[in-house]
Amino acid sequence: MKKKLVVVGNGMVGHAFLDKLVNSSAFSDYTVTVFGEEPRVAYDRVYLSSYFSGKTAEDLSLVPTGFYEANGIDIRLNEKVVAIDSAAQSITTASGISMTYDKLVLATGSYPFVPPIEGNNRDACLVYRTIEDLEAMKEAATRSKIGVVVGGGLLGLEAAKALVDLGLQTHVVEFAPRLMPVQLDNGGASMLRRKIEKLGVKIHTSKSTKIIEDGETARHKMVFADGESLETDVILFSAGIRPRDELAKQAGLAMGARGGIVINDQCQTSAAHVYAIGECALHGGMIYGLVAPGYAMAQVVVDHLNHKPAAFTGADMSTKLKLMGVDVASIGDPHGTDEAAKSYIYENGPQEVYKKLVVSADGKKLLGAVLVGDVDDYGNLLQLKLNDMDLPEHPDDLILPARAGTKPSFGPDSLPDSAQLCSCYDVSKGRIIQAIDEGATCLADVKNATKACTGCGGCTQLVTSVVNAELAKRGVEVSKAICEHFPYSRQELYHLVKVEGHKDFASLLHAHGEGHGCDICKPAVASILGSVWNAYAFDKKNIPLQDTNDRYLGNMQKDGSYSIIPRVPGGEITPDKLIVLGQVAKDYQLYTKINGGQRIVLFGAKLPDMPAIWKRLIDAGFESGQAYAKALRTVKSCVGSTWCRYGMLDSVKMAIDLENRYKGVRSPHKMKMGVSGCTRECAEAQAKDIGVIATENGWNLYVCGNGGMKPRHADLFAVDLDEATLFKYIDRFIMFYIQTAGRLERTATWLGNLEGGIDYLRQVVIEDSLGIGMHLEMQMQSLVNSYQCDWQQVVDDPEKAKLFYNFVNADEKDPEQLYVRERGQLRPATAQEKLESLAVELV
Amino acid sequence: MSEWVKICAVSDLIADAGVPALFKDQAIALFYVNDQVYALSNYDPIGQANVMSRGIVGSIKGELVVASPLYKEHYSLSTGKCLEKPEVALTVYSVKVEGGDVWVS
Repeated sequence: MKKKLVVVGNGMVGHAFLDKLVNSSAFSDYTVTVFGEEPRVAYDRVYLSSYFSGKTAEDLSLVPTGFYEANGIDIRLNEKVVAIDSAAQSITTASGISMTYDKLVLATGSYPFVPPIEGNNRDACLVYRTIEDLEAMKEAATRSKIGVVVGGGLLGLEAAKALVDLGLQTHVVEFAPRLMPVQLDNGGASMLRRKIEKLGVKIHTSKSTKIIEDGETARHKMVFADGESLETDVILFSAGIRPRDELAKQAGLAMGARGGIVINDQCQTSAAHVYAIGECALHGGMIYGLVAPGYAMAQVVVDHLNHKPAAFTGADMSTKLKLMGVDVASIGDPHGTDEAAKSYIYENGPQEVYKKLVVSADGKKLLGAVLVGDVDDYGNLLQLKLNDMDLPEHPDDLILPARAGTKPSFGPDSLPDSAQLCSCYDVSKGRIIQAIDEGATCLADVKNATKACTGCGGCTQLVTSVVNAELAKRGVEVSKAICEHFPYSRQELYHLVKVEGHKDFASLLHAHGEGHGCDICKPAVASILGSVWNAYAFDKKNIPLQDTNDRYLGNMQKDGSYSIIPRVPGGEITPDKLIVLGQVAKDYQLYTKINGGQRIVLFGAKLPDMPAIWKRLIDAGFESGQAYAKALRTVKSCVGSTWCRYGMLDSVKMAIDLENRYKGVRSPHKMKMGVSGCTRECAEAQAKDIGVIATENGWNLYVCGNGGMKPRHADLFAVDLDEATLFKYIDRFIMFYIQTAGRLERTATWLGNLEGGIDYLRQVVIEDSLGIGMHLEMQMQSLVNSYQCDWQQVVDDPEKAKLFYNFVNADEKDPEQLYVRERGQLRPATAQEKLESLAVELV
Repeated sequence: MSEWVKICAVSDLIADAGVPALFKDQAIALFYVNDQVYALSNYDPIGQANVMSRGIVGSIKGELVVASPLYKEHYSLSTGKCLEKPEVALTVYSVKVEGGDVWVS
């Protein structure tokens, strides 16, 4: 008989608990029921403001579709728990459901504190915590011009970004004399203020609001204690959080004097079978308003349920984030509350950078730090603090620019194995080493195995250095040499080909390689020659470089025959063309199937027949589908606005345009695209290297998705684009990928290994931070201009067509190609069938 | 000593690549590398199809090899041995070039 586990609350921490639980052995001991007060499953509150810069509620969701169902977790949304009877071990919900439990987990979170100001409940006076709050903000913004955030802390500034994104003239009102008073000192706060004010946000500090009343020029007038006032249409309270502890209070659990459910190191409340985790819990007199400590508590409860020793002993509140585009970080105690503490300050006015170190009286240990405008030192400093490491002789070297001298670097080896590198997923250096011992051979593998770097991404640099150092120790070639013949990576070879103008393999090998090449470097160089010069695969000197698929312009099947896949742009095909395909398949007895990319495949074509088959297809208006090449495969589309009742835009036309523009462009690996005409996403565009989805305002662009072995949801890259901008970004994206990716690296892996990740990619493609945007577009245009159908060239040239034979010296069939009829078509005979002579030979 | 059979002209071969041919009733693959012709069985013993002539020719630690186009095992052009699975090998045929023609026995 399974025990009953009830979870109250389905926020970030509540979900993290379930996610960790299902992956532990104790999960099989319990039937799990979850109650959530909100109408939707857990979503990312940390990046809430991205809702206004293009993300949807679905994008923000933390729960993979079907996660609860697949794991047999009973989730009840819109169902608020209103009472706990801890003696009877039961709960009751607002709709009257009663349920007993063996274990209860409270993850009720917190609510936004609204200061007790007269008028705080007027129209368009809002808070910022849930998606419903966002919707209310959106609605209020439609009838407003000015918005004020009350509270200049971390959340307040996030909320201010939301108001800016909604197009409101934005003000921030802070009670303290500076922004982010908890995390920053005066110097750091004033630098932050300067940078934010540049963005057009007005900051008012040392302001205490007395009353909110009718405005004269706007909806409200806020009157401050100093007699000044401010008129605004929307007011957003973001003045801190308070634990949602009313349930626990009613149940008689021990509470803190100022609220919060008291927990011990195992996260148990005063009733041992009831746990509390996240922002509702009070541990050692502290409420932790960050998500990482909440995740740590969730892990402790899971360990406890698994009878493993684990303890939550407090959490580091260091934080690094981007507020309105400004990098800010705070470590430990940045105020130097210890009187004997000493500090170092570096300020760079022109570049708007501020850094401060607080060190112990003897100068040996780091106590705290503030970084504004440049947070590259965060990783190093955090490790110094967390591991209580000794400071170098001149601690200020740590924050001075590298050019001022040699910056002391903490080699990854100086970190203990227990050092936590990724705080979002609590990944230690030891865990990274374990992943490498278990077979991870690059950063992307380590990310997949440990989830490190996949939360805020702040630890990427540090984790990369640990991964590289550990791989080097194991003698794994961190060198990216493509194979034994070239001491260069694919990216380096690309540049050598381009810069030195190599037009063939022999010239490149002579200049930079040794030996004869192999099946690794030859196709890679062929692809590079194709990308740089649009070199035709079938040129005689290129033939030896090609994988058989490229050499014979078809995909070789297990029996040595080939598949024929004509391009069907966007999946749109006329009945006449369908008839031709059917007739050709019938005449050559080809097995016919529709593949996953909305195309029709004819299987079993023999080498000598291929030119004749293609001649008939080309005469009917088809062209090569390049299904054999590392190039664009298909652009999948839904039917779009021309037919669909829900379509916003013409997705079929967009798919055809995309396919025709990028067809034939050789890339490091195959590329797939998808276009959906609305957010119902019937084309599954988010599983493609490039996905395009129509919205009311234009096209949203997604990049680096993948189906296949390691599925990956694409990242939303840019929103509401017009067609010209969309193509501009895709041109740049593809060319940048072609130039910088490794051999056979799909866009998803490429992004995983790209330092700086999606943000960096946006800078390069959208903001043109490298100044190469125009160049990339021109290169793409030149490839587009020189496109030729591979098969057209074979059909037009008898010398080329002559190379398709079974034997150079005989016009005979391949005796191994034998077929069996199944479901009305032919398929290759198995070895057993050949032995038993059950096979029929093709006529 | 088995008899020599004329297969084709050297000009029918492709430098640094393979070409399929029929020797008596056997499918063979001719490779033309460094002005020398190698003849091996065209049958891929692992993939079980006549495809070796379509593999990529190269070198591994100095030894000339052809990679199976199906599952990428490497076979020595001179001995026929599979580098990854020493128990598997391609049959090697004798070759000579005379008067611009390729002969196999």
